[in-house]
Order: sequence, then C-alpha cells, then structure tokens
Amino acid sequence: MKDLSMSNVDMVYELPKGGSVHALSDVSFGLEAGRLLTLLGPSGCGKTTLLNILAGFLAPTGGSVSLGGEPITGPGQDRGMVFQQGALFEWQNVAQNIAFGPKMNRKSRSSRKKIVDDLLGTVGLQGFGDKAIYELSGGMQQRVALARCLANDPEVILMDEPLGALDALTREKMQSLVLKLWKETGKTIVLVTHSVEEALFLGDQLFVMAPRPGRIEKVYNLPFAEVGLDVDPRELKASPEFIEKREELLSMIWGMEEQIMGHEEGGV
Amino acid sequence: MSNSRKTVTFGDPSEVKSAPLWNVASVAGLLLLWWYIKKGTEPILDDKTFPGMRETWDTFFELVHKGYRRVTLWEHTAASLTRVIKGLIYGTIIGIPVGFAMGLSRVLRGVFDPIVELLRPIPPLALLPMFIMWFGIGEASKVNMLVWASVWVMIIAARAGVLGVRGSKVHAAYSLGANKWQILRYVILPNALPDIFTGVRVALGVSWGTLVAAELTGTDTGLGSMIFVASRFFRMDIVVTGIIVIGFIGVCMDLFMRFLEARLIPWRGKG
Repeated sequence: MKDLSMSNVDMVYELPKGGSVHALSDVSFGLEAGRLLTLLGPSGCGKTTLLNILAGFLAPTGGSVSLGGEPITGPGQDRGMVFQQGALFEWQNVAQNIAFGPKMNRKSRSSRKKIVDDLLGTVGLQGFGDKAIYELSGGMQQRVALARCLANDPEVILMDEPLGALDALTREKMQSLVLKLWKETGKTIVLVTHSVEEALFLGDQLFVMAPRPGRIEKVYNLPFAEVGLDVDPRELKASPEFIEKREELLSMIWGMEEQIMGHEEGGV
Repeated sequence: MSNSRKTVTFGDPSEVKSAPLWNVASVAGLLLLWWYIKKGTEPILDDKTFPGMRETWDTFFELVHKGYRRVTLWEHTAASLTRVIKGLIYGTIIGIPVGFAMGLSRVLRGVFDPIVELLRPIPPLALLPMFIMWFGIGEASKVNMLVWASVWVMIIAARAGVLGVRGSKVHAAYSLGANKWQILRYVILPNALPDIFTGVRVALGVSWGTLVAAELTGTDTGLGSMIFVASRFFRMDIVVTGIIVIGFIGVCMDLFMRFLEARLIPWRGKG
C-alpha cells in the first residue's frame, strides 16, 4: 500500500498574451493509502489541476509529488483515471474497453476474459459485454469507465467529476457504487466534484480548495463515507450532522464565489 | 414526409432522411428537361450542341458493342477505373502518414503546412506538361496526376482526424499503460477513421473530376480520352455518354463507400 503525497507544489500557467495564472500555490498534503479524498471548491480553485498533477499529465512548476515515495513524473498505470464522460473508446465494445489496460500489458486472451467477466459483475453490467458504448446510458458508461480503470488494479483511482454529467437519481446510485468499490477494493481514491453533498457523502477526507491562488483552504475528516453503505443514503444526507456540515461548506464556497465576483467587477 | 407529431421539423436533422421517391423524381426531372430542350423539329439545342436522348441511347449500345476507334466502352471504363483506383490508393498511402505526421508533431506540421497549402490549389491540368516530362507519356504520368488529385484531400482528412481526438481519451489510454505506439494504433488511428473515410469519398470525386485532364494525351483508352477525342470531332453523343458513365460510376462508388462506412465504422458521430 502506497501513500500519496504532495509537498510545496506550485503551478503557474503562463498566458500566451503575457501575465500568468497561479493555479496552485504551495500545496502540501499526505494521503494515507486506502483513503477516499474528495476535492471541493469553486471554479478556478485548481482542483482539476491538482488531479492532473497526481495523474502525471501535468508537471508542477515547483515542489514535488510522489506515490509510495516514488516521484510522479508522468502518467502510469499505478494511477487509474476516470473522466466525466467521452473518454471511453466508442470503436470498442464494453468488454474491449474494460480489457484495454490488460491488452496494453500483453496479458493473455484468457486472463483478459477473466478480468472482464469479474469486473462486469463488480460494476453491475453482467451481460453487457458485447454492447457498443453508444448504446449505453450515461450512468452505464461511467460504470464501464470504473471497470476499465480497475482492470489494471491501480494503487490509486483519480476521478475528475465522474458523476457530473449524470441525472440526480443515477448520480445517487453511482455514489453508492463508488463507496462500494472503495470498501471492496480498499484502493485510494481522489475524487474531484462540484457537488457539496457528494463531497461530504463520499469523502473520508475532504479538502475545500480556494482560488486566486489555488490552495487547500480547509481539511475535514468525515464520518459519512464509512457508514454510507450500511444506512440509507437519503437518511444519512438528511441527518442533522450532515446538514450542518453541508451548510458550513456551502456558505464557505459562496463566500469565495462572491469574493471572485467582487474581484472581477473591481477589475473591470 | 414525416408522420411524427413534431411541431418543429425545419432545422431538425433527424427529419432529413433519404427519400428514394424524390431521388426518382429528380432523375425523372432531369430526363424531362433533356426531352424538353430537344423537343420538336426546331429544338432549343441542335444536335451539334447537345445530342438527343434517343441518339445517346443508341450511341451507348454502339459503344458497348463496337466501341469508339476500336476500343469498347467497357475497355475505356476499365482503363479509367484502374487509373482512378491506383491514384486513390497511392494518394491514400502517401496522404495518411503525412497527415498523421502533421497532426502529431509541431515541427512536421510547420514543415509540411506551407508545402501543402502552396501545392494544393495547383490545377492538375497545369502540371500535365511537367508530369509528362518527368514520368513519360505512358501510364505513370496519368496515375500520378490522379495521385496529385487525391493526396492533398487525404493529407487534410488524416490531419483533421488526428487533431480531432479528445484529450481525455489519450490521457485515459496513457493511464492504462499504453505506450506511444499503442496510443497511435489503438486510439488515434480508430479515432481518425471516420475523417479518413470522408477523405476517401471526397478524393474519389475529385479523381473522377480530374480524369479528362489526366487522359488528355498519350493514350487511346479511358473515358477521359474518349470524351476528349470525341469532342474534337463534335461527337457530342459520345461526349455525353462518357459523362453519364463517369457520373454513374461516381455514384456507385460513393454508395459502396457509404456501405463500407456503415459496416466498418458504425461508431461515426457517436463519440
């Protein structure tokens, strides 16, 4: 089991017309293996940048990132990635999409088939193996994306608003699936979301991020994810503790949004 | 006509389907127009300007059975078809790698961009003298003219296909352990196939359009050559027959490509 850590990470984007954007400023944290971290914050707070740095798609302009003590210098299959949508390969069917990672690793046909069969069961898509991606609903496509990422048995799963494009009911079901996968596999998960409720419900740990420059504003350790599978999710989300936290976070983020608006009006 | 209860149909692409009835009507309309301009004893266009339908029909059978200048219509067609297909194959074989290179590398894009943009607009006919000097009067210069006609289309189509890949697909593949070669083979190539197919269809059209220029000299066979020679002897019936055959083959090839497309890339437009 490998811990994820960032120390003093800075990310500055140079703009083509001059000037620069400070997307992340002096971000440091350590995440123990097996935790589920949610990243929450207003647009422009750098949460997706942070995720892309963890994935290795972006190299930070300062500081260091590591997984299990090994520095992260590029994308790797120890860190699986789930995107919002459109990242599945529509020229392959469901089973081929899930088998993509093992195929790239030149696993045998029979072992690929076993992995696919197991994972179709895990994400609740038995019998859908030979369906085309574009025949599936949005929620089912995200199930395929989860299965595809699990097929390589990564240490960490990075999720960039994986449920953002789904309708409210499907989204709730998928949240429970994420929790189930987390519990069953014990993998480290980092999930970026815009939804306060989702961040609270899924986050065993939650970072509230703030913009200009992007930074971690507040860290919460939360009890909800731990019990989320054992109780009715709606009941949990209606409990006083949950509501209290939700309002606290909402007012914090609204505060930030207002500051941004004020800032922009001042700038104009 | 649609029997749906939609109140808004104008601008709705799903309401614009193929309509065989209207296809037939449009062909019938053309024939009617042809009949009209040749009607009566003093037609709008005389026989020197445009042949009659009956005359063209007879000419067609004469060309099939006896041929023009001892070459049958079938031999003309086979010669042209061979040249067009050869030109298209070479054009595709050269065009796809160049287009991919331009879509994948900043340096190569910088190098090839001015070449492609400068050479693309040159009409093949303007190149004929040079091609004959370089490749001789025989087949090679003709096929190379057709390569010229298709290669730019294929380069641009392949480049568009590569540049159209969604970043998250490439990222996902890297995170799943793919190397650069595998990204090219399993992500970028299949993603570019719909654009490449469109390119082949466009290139086919351009190639048939270039045929007459390609077969202008140095050959007795080919529909383009037949049309050109016949036009010098004012055999408008043969010219029009040749034009109709070229058009007909063009339609058949496009239908064939659409059939292949539906079979080979059913995911088109569904990413």
